[in-house]
Amino acid sequence: MISANLLAIFYLISGILFILALRGLSSPETSRKGNLFGIIGMAIAITVTFLSIDNFSSGFFYVILFLLIGGSIGAFIAFKIPMTAMPELVAGFHSLVGLAAVFVAISAFISPEVFNLGTSGNIKLASLIEMSIGAAVGAITFSGSIIAFLKLRGLMSGSPITFPGQHILNLLILISIIILTYFLCLNQSPSFFWSLIAISFLVGFLLIIPIGGADMPVVISMLNSYSGWAAAGIGFTLENTALIITGALVGSSGAILSYIMCKGMNRSFFNVILGGFGGTDQTSSKTSKEQKPVKSGNADDAAFLMKNASSVIIVPGYGMAVAQAQHALREMVDSLKKNGVKVTYAIHPVAGRMPGHMNVLLAEANVPYDEVFELEEINNDFANCDVAYVIGANDVTNPVAKSDPQSPIYGMPVLDVEKSKSVLFVKRSLSPGYAGIDNDLFYRDNTLMLFADAKKMTEDIIKNL
Amino acid sequence: MEIDPFIFRLSIFILSIFVGYYVVWSVTPSLHTPLMSVTNAISSVIIVGAIIASLAGTDLSVFNQSSIFGFLAIVLAAINIFGGFLVTQRMLAMYKKKKKDKK
Repeated sequence: MISANLLAIFYLISGILFILALRGLSSPETSRKGNLFGIIGMAIAITVTFLSIDNFSSGFFYVILFLLIGGSIGAFIAFKIPMTAMPELVAGFHSLVGLAAVFVAISAFISPEVFNLGTSGNIKLASLIEMSIGAAVGAITFSGSIIAFLKLRGLMSGSPITFPGQHILNLLILISIIILTYFLCLNQSPSFFWSLIAISFLVGFLLIIPIGGADMPVVISMLNSYSGWAAAGIGFTLENTALIITGALVGSSGAILSYIMCKGMNRSFFNVILGGFGGTDQTSSKTSKEQKPVKSGNADDAAFLMKNASSVIIVPGYGMAVAQAQHALREMVDSLKKNGVKVTYAIHPVAGRMPGHMNVLLAEANVPYDEVFELEEINNDFANCDVAYVIGANDVTNPVAKSDPQSPIYGMPVLDVEKSKSVLFVKRSLSPGYAGIDNDLFYRDNTLMLFADAKKMTEDIIKNL
Repeated sequence: MEIDPFIFRLSIFILSIFVGYYVVWSVTPSLHTPLMSVTNAISSVIIVGAIIASLAGTDLSVFNQSSIFGFLAIVLAAINIFGGFLVTQRMLAMYKKKKKDKK
């Protein structure tokens, strides 16, 4: 048994190690050490918690047992999961943090004396408010993440689900949460506590269903943030510094990522959250196309163009992840490099289904990270580049975002792909992208459409190189 | 006059938000996915609450209403801790620099 003060200092140390873990991510070289700091911080937090327990009842055995069960499941998932499934894995993990927060809050509500929060039915007011917040945010995180998981996994349609009165319903529910918390504080009745949790589950569900597939980067970041706030809420209840620090770190991290993602789409956070983007309204615009001429080519043409180029920029998008084309792409780039072609990669902030999704896939395919550039770093290079190879990206290359104020994506930062001498656009058909609008790039003189599956086309090009 | 300990915790919380804000802005965009998985892992430090909750029972009845929720939370948080750190490790191991022998 160690003293409460020493315990608090150890929790502070693990909090600091967690800060260093995030700090390490400022560059790939320091990141591995950062992750180690994170692991040490966690080990310290768990160990001192064990040491703080004075009566080692037989329950202790079960603690270790359940810890090992969970740990083995986690380790198994971590080693088995393919990199393309990372977005749904992260969504799934968020749901677990949310649910764990709910469970701890429930436990604290049932036996407050274990946590020194007063007695059942007579819990300290501040603690009660804190645990209500922790439980509510945790429940929202849980059900929201489950929906995000199902959408990302393809078990549920990625298209937005909207119905009339949706926003009013959400508003009413949010108000009822506040009212329930108020009554809970008045008489501490368990039924109010349970209804609070049930309604919060409903909120998470309703909040995420109207949000479409390509807005998932914002959703995942937002849920990341929520899981942090839930942990912080529980941290206040348990008066635990490590949890408070971590919750604040994770909460602000997720909020910043959401902000970066929204900015990458030039949309406000509320616009994304209210949902329904890319829904049925845009179908009318489909009628005006088809008559415009499109140049299409085959793998042979593409190979010829790229082989004779001096510089090529690759623009990957979500389609590359779907087709699992990253390895084929790297092989293609390798053969191009043998021909003396300079190849770089351009990544849009919202390419893929989560922040940094494309970078991980390229890293998995052994693409060195110093050949991969962000939008601002590389956008001026398109003007001097011979070939832009667009694989699985669409809306993020649409020049309409710069020219047509009527377009729903107007003002969104896009890659200036059209400025390169020629554009190779790998796509299965001319269908519009997520935003539901036609891509002007398809009809440009310097664009050659390659109608095929991203992976198959890339493999065919390799054969022709 | 004494300051409520809550105010101290609130100060830690607010300051940590600021620390988080500056630290996360310095994270390179190419590592945003590992950032999410590692924040996931560290937010599972909620396991300390789960451990305390799970020992709410007595020697005679290890499992009572409250400790069962604690044990469940331990499993969930442990999945996240091991899964989160290991998958981050796996991802970070893939980030390599260009080899010296350029062709």
